[in-house]
Amino acid sequence: MPALPLDEAGKYVAGAYVTFLALILVYVAIMATKLSRIERELEELNELADRRGGGEPS
Amino acid sequence: MYGKGLRTLSAATCLALGAAFALVFFYAPLDADQGFIQKIFYVHVPMAIVALLGFVAGAVMAIGHLRTGDRRWDLRSYVAIHLSLILGVGVLITGAIWAKASWGHWWVWDEPTLVSFLIVFLLYATYQPLRFSIEDPERQARYASVFAITAGAFVPLNFLAVRLAESLTHPRVLSTTGGALPGSMRLTFLVALAGMGLLFVTLWKYEMASKHATAQLRSLRRKLGGEEIASPGRSAAPRTAAPAHPGA
Repeated sequence: MPALPLDEAGKYVAGAYVTFLALILVYVAIMATKLSRIERELEELNELADRRGGGEPS
Repeated sequence: MYGKGLRTLSAATCLALGAAFALVFFYAPLDADQGFIQKIFYVHVPMAIVALLGFVAGAVMAIGHLRTGDRRWDLRSYVAIHLSLILGVGVLITGAIWAKASWGHWWVWDEPTLVSFLIVFLLYATYQPLRFSIEDPERQARYASVFAITAGAFVPLNFLAVRLAESLTHPRVLSTTGGALPGSMRLTFLVALAGMGLLFVTLWKYEMASKHATAQLRSLRRKLGGEEIASPGRSAAPRTAAPAHPGA
């Protein structure tokens, strides 16, 4: 097949690069969700430790 | 432990990928045959190489697990395979886009390179269901390691078989006999490959740090909780015990 004109080829190239960036963004978003869950659990544990130790809540 | 050096690594990854994209669009010349479409090569091929190397790395880490019995090696292998699968999805999608633009079809079934990558991808797609189907964590880790080693050995064999096959349409870019890249294209490709490799290592460390933090939390909860601690349900992800001290 002959090379596509730039305006048509641009759509395909953009599609490929956007796919790559979207994959990375989705991955980072999932990791961020996990991180917020870890943070929430850490807060729960901190409160639990405060209750157990009878110490000042931090 | 796994978070160490993550900031530097992330910065290096952003720099390398930024440089690669700048080289792709402002430095590398247009391909005489394919024109602008060939720019897909700089994201598609590095992604494929890093994904395949990630599968092999997963196999090497699985060997570490079977040799030492240390479940952290299983976790490392799991994360490497998981990331390679994600990159594999990217390879299939960008490959299909490139195929449609240059061959007029989204997929060509009689092309060994495409079909062999799909076979490898589908093979590894069974890795997570395999893990999920085994409840006992010890057995799950062992079986998954055996799978990772077997499938990992299949990757270079498969690559070799494809190289030996008569290719119909898929170009051979990195070969001694043909398709040699001009200097500017080669430099761009190598920077893109380095960027993709750094991205893989960064995300691997990122996910390992997250899994390590979760394991530490679980251990802390066990130590603190006098109340009933709900045991985590069945999972495909390895459950590693938190090490006694952070540096372990």
